[in-house]
Amino acid sequence: MNARSPWSEERATAVITANRHLRGALLPMLHALQEEFGCIDEEAIPLLARELNLSRADVHGVVSFYHEFRRSRPGRHTIKVCRAEACQSMNANGLIDHIRRRLKVDFHETTADDAFSLEPVFCLGNCALAPAVMVDETLHGRVSPARFDAIAASTLAAETAR
Amino acid sequence: MSEPLHTVALHTIYVPRDAAALSVGADETAATIRAEATKRGIPLRIVRNGSRGMLWLETLVEVETPEGRVAYGPVMAEDVAGLFDAGFLEGGDHALAHGLTEKIPYFAKQERLTFARCGIIDPLSVEDYRLHGGFRGLERALAMTPAEIVTEVTESGLRGRGGAGFPTGIKWNTVLNAKADQKYICCNADEGDSGTFADRMIMEGDPFCLIEGMTIAAIAVGATEGYIYIRSEYPHAVATMREAIRLAYDEKWLGDEIHGTGHRFHLDVRVGAGAYICGEETSMLESLEGKRGTVRAKPPLPALEGLFGKPTVVNNVLSLTSVPIILDKGADCYRDFGVGRSRGTLAFQLAGNIKHGGIVEKAFGVTLHELLYEFGGGTITGRPIRAVQAGGPLGAYLPPSLFDLPKDYEAFAAVEAMVGHGGIVVFDDSVDMARQARFAMEFCAAESCGKCTPCRIGAVRGVEVMDRIIAGERVAANITLLNDLCEVMTDGSLCAMGGMTPIPVRSALKHFPEDFTRSPAAVAAE
Repeated sequence: MNARSPWSEERATAVITANRHLRGALLPMLHALQEEFGCIDEEAIPLLARELNLSRADVHGVVSFYHEFRRSRPGRHTIKVCRAEACQSMNANGLIDHIRRRLKVDFHETTADDAFSLEPVFCLGNCALAPAVMVDETLHGRVSPARFDAIAASTLAAETAR
Repeated sequence: MSEPLHTVALHTIYVPRDAAALSVGADETAATIRAEATKRGIPLRIVRNGSRGMLWLETLVEVETPEGRVAYGPVMAEDVAGLFDAGFLEGGDHALAHGLTEKIPYFAKQERLTFARCGIIDPLSVEDYRLHGGFRGLERALAMTPAEIVTEVTESGLRGRGGAGFPTGIKWNTVLNAKADQKYICCNADEGDSGTFADRMIMEGDPFCLIEGMTIAAIAVGATEGYIYIRSEYPHAVATMREAIRLAYDEKWLGDEIHGTGHRFHLDVRVGAGAYICGEETSMLESLEGKRGTVRAKPPLPALEGLFGKPTVVNNVLSLTSVPIILDKGADCYRDFGVGRSRGTLAFQLAGNIKHGGIVEKAFGVTLHELLYEFGGGTITGRPIRAVQAGGPLGAYLPPSLFDLPKDYEAFAAVEAMVGHGGIVVFDDSVDMARQARFAMEFCAAESCGKCTPCRIGAVRGVEVMDRIIAGERVAANITLLNDLCEVMTDGSLCAMGGMTPIPVRSALKHFPEDFTRSPAAVAAE
C-alpha cells in the first residue's frame, strides 16, 4: 500500500531534518519524502534546495533523473512489471499486454478507481522465475495472466479486510 | 532468531526467506507448516534460511535428519498437510521429496566457495555465521599488515566479479598507496543486469559475508567508512543488509574498535532509485554523493579520486564476498580453481527460459553447454534453445554453435562476448533476434545518463534504424547504417553503457542474420 499523506510543509521539514546528518543526503531525503507522501511534491523542491544549499534546478535535476521518484501521487498500489530480457524470454510482453487490457491503463498511468499505478521496471532480480511482477514491495514469480488477475484481486481483497 | 537451538525432540525445518522463494509463496508455506504442526501438537523450529539456489524447486523446504538435510520442493501451502501425513519430519518419502539436499546432482556438482554458507545458515544469526567459518578471514586479516592482505588478494587471482574483470588486488593496492585523510570502501550492489541475481541472493542469504569482505578491504587499504549501494528494486536485500549491519555493530564486528583491536570501520546502506546506469562505478559515486547519476570521465580513477574526491575501492558484491574465504583458506586454495587467467569460481546464473534456473557456482572453464543442459536441463517450454545472452543486457547473443566455449574471460573476449557477471539468459526458438537487437537500443535510450552524445542520441537513432529494418524498409542500406552507428557508439561513448550496447546488436546480426533480412512481403503478411 502506498503512503499518500496530503502535503504538509511541517511534516516534510521534519523528514528532511531527520536525514540532514547524512553525507550525500539528497537521495535519502527524496526516498523519505516519497515514503511519506507517495511522491516528490513540487513544494518539496525549494525546501530541499534551501536545506542543502543547492539551486532548485539542481534538486529538480536529481528528482527527474531517477525513474523511481514520482512527481504525482500514485494509486493505492504500485504494480511494477519487468520488461527486461529474462522476463521477455518467458513472454513478459504477452503478460504486459494482458495487464494493460485488464487494468485499462498504460505504463506510468493510474487506474480510474485509483487502485493501481502501473510502472515498467528493468529487472527485479527474479530472473529464474520469470516473468516477475512486484506489487508494492511484494515480489511475484512465474506470473501468468491468470495468476496476475488473482494477485490483483487478492491485493484489493486485503484492502477491504483491513 | 530467538527460538531455542534444537534439542533431540525438536524438529528443525528450513524455509527460505530469499525474495525468489517469497515470490512463489514461501511465507504462506512457512505459515502453513507452523499451523499444521500446532494442530498436530508437534514442536517445531522453523529457520528462515537463504536460498540454496535451486530456484525451480522453490519453495524448497528442508528437514533436518540424522543423515543430513532432506529436501522437498516445490512446496506450496496446499502440499503441507500431505507432507506431514507422509512423515516428512523424519525424511519420509513423498512425490516432492528429493533426498538429501547435498546429494541433488545440481548442487553436488558445484564448487561452492563464495556461496558456501548461502541457504545453509540463518542469515541473521552471527552465531550461525561463526559456526560455519564466518569472520575467520577477518580474524586473520586483523593480524596482518595492510600490504600482506593486499598481496594475499592479488595472489588469489581474484578479478572484479561485476563484469569488467579487473584484478581486485591491483585496485586495492592503488588505494593503499594513495595518501589521503579519508578513504572509502563502496560496494556496488546495483545489480541491474537482467539475468543476474547472485548479488541479491548472497545479500539475503549470507549478509555477514559481505560485511566481513568490506571490513577486510577497509583494513587492507586504510579506509574507515563504507557504503553499500543497493538498487531500490531489492527491498528484501536492503532490509536484510540493514539488519545484519545493526547486528554486526552490536557484536563489535563494525564500529570504532573492531573486535577489541584499534581498527575502525563504519558501514551504511544507501538505496538507488531505479537508474540502471548507477551500476557504472562513477555514476554510482555521483549518486552516493546525492547527485544525478551521470558518468565521470576517467582518469582520475576512483581509486585515487572517488567518493567525495577521496581514494575509494569500488567493488562488486561477489568480489567482496569472495574475499573472506581467500583470507581464511589462503590465496593458493582459491587460485587452484579455474583456468588460465580466470582463477577461482564464478556464480553462474541460469535465467529466462530454462527448466532448472538458479545459481551454479563453478570454477572458470565450465562450458555453456554443461551449464545449459547438464545443469539447466534445456528450456522450460521444451523447445530447442536458439540463443543465450551472456553477461547482461550489454552482453553478446550466442548461438548453439558457440556453446562449447569455456567460461573464461579471455576465451569469451576472443569471440566478442563477455562472461560479465555470470548471468545467462536463455531463449527458445520462438525468439526474434531483430526484436532483441531493437530492445538493446531501446534499453540504452531509456537508461543512458545523457552525458555523452554517442550513447544519448545514438541509441535513439538505433531504435529508429531497427524499426526500419524490422519493417523491411531498404534493409541492406539500413544494416550498413546500423553497423556504422554501432561503430560510433563503441568508439565514442564515455562508458560501457553506450560503448557496449552495440555488442548484443552486432552479435544478433552476426549470428542470426536471417532475422534481419526477412522480405518486406513476409513482414507484411504477418
